[in-house]
Amino acid sequence: MMIEYMNLFIGGLILIIGVMIGVAFLVLLERKLLGYIQIRKGPNKLGMMGLLQTFSDAIKLFTKEQIYLNYSNYMVYYISPILNFMMSLIIWMVIPYYFNMFMFNLGVLFILSCLSLGVYMLLVSGWSSNSNYSLLGGLRAVAQTISYEVSLALILMSSVILIMDLNLFMYKLYQDMIWFFFMMLPLSLCFLSSMMAETNRTPFDFAEGESELVSGFNIEYSSGGFALIFLAEYSMILFMSMMFVVVYMGGYSMSLMFYLKLVFISFFFIWVRGTLPRYRYDKLMYLCWKIYLPVSLNYLMFFLGLKLMFWFCL
Amino acid sequence: MILLFIMSIIIFFISFILMIMSFSISKKSILDREKCSPFECGFDHKMLPRIPFSLHFFLITMIFLIFDVEIALIFPLIMTFKMVNLINWWKINLFFIIILLLGLYHEWNQNMLNWTN
Repeated sequence: MMIEYMNLFIGGLILIIGVMIGVAFLVLLERKLLGYIQIRKGPNKLGMMGLLQTFSDAIKLFTKEQIYLNYSNYMVYYISPILNFMMSLIIWMVIPYYFNMFMFNLGVLFILSCLSLGVYMLLVSGWSSNSNYSLLGGLRAVAQTISYEVSLALILMSSVILIMDLNLFMYKLYQDMIWFFFMMLPLSLCFLSSMMAETNRTPFDFAEGESELVSGFNIEYSSGGFALIFLAEYSMILFMSMMFVVVYMGGYSMSLMFYLKLVFISFFFIWVRGTLPRYRYDKLMYLCWKIYLPVSLNYLMFFLGLKLMFWFCL
Repeated sequence: MILLFIMSIIIFFISFILMIMSFSISKKSILDREKCSPFECGFDHKMLPRIPFSLHFFLITMIFLIFDVEIALIFPLIMTFKMVNLINWWKINLFFIIILLLGLYHEWNQNMLNWTN
């Protein structure tokens, strides 16, 4: 019994450390890639070819000064980045490893509940810092995140109906011959862009529209708080790409290909950031409520019938 | 379940330790009136910014609430798939999803989804 606890503890710790190092290198990848997209070099001095850039950035961030804001609800203001970071690490526990990790029979449900809890941290950190910009950024981020959560859940629902199980392991068994990416083609692309809106990434990054709100809900955060929010955002991006690979691109297998696909999807996030301009906020809402939601509901009906037809005819 | 709880407590302590670490090693400086005021360009705040804002965000949240409850009602259909008569299961779920779709179209028809008036 004790050895199992130890195993689990060590496995979880290694996973957390791996996620954090992955986040560091994802940030480096983003800066390098944006550099080369804009025909300039990214960070290339520190360490070997800029490999140590993010670590030194992290050290710099953590040693910066922390301010005490007037009129802010300081306790809430202080604790919301911690909870944000904690939530983005807890959601990683659902990763479908075959050993030394948790076995989630209701993994999809766990993912959805963790995503819903992430909204509160946005709301609280926007509201409690008592600034106009952060309040506006927080409101926008909350409205966008909850709208896209509905379409995300419904799109996920139709892929869950195909396998009739909430366990993330099962996606591997059902995608042996063909990826769900090709089998439910419009829906998987909808899922990809809903993912971008859910993590507040660039074509939909209204939480930090630099031109109107300076940095969105995290303006007033300085050293440690900003670092934690930043880490949480990027680990959420990594998690979303992991989920996309598990659900639509072949599931978890104990091979290098899984990780390569994961890196490709996170590369895609950055690629989109380097390519597309920002969308318009009302168009974003229309996209969610008038296009993705009816499409995903209709497809849900279609897949319900398809599953029943396969069940009886094959 | 209890293992997951223990793990989340460990994760909470890790993130808390990060924050405390940054609090203790960060460069201290004297409190400054300009530094502690909320971020603004060129003028000082006179009022609190926590005013009631736009009704659209509230309306979107109301619609979200309804749809989220309905998603929570849809989810058990996965678990009941192996236990019930499938034709009845299919009819009930089809009926439910059609009601959801009609509700969405009704809201659309009533201009609830329009962002600007």
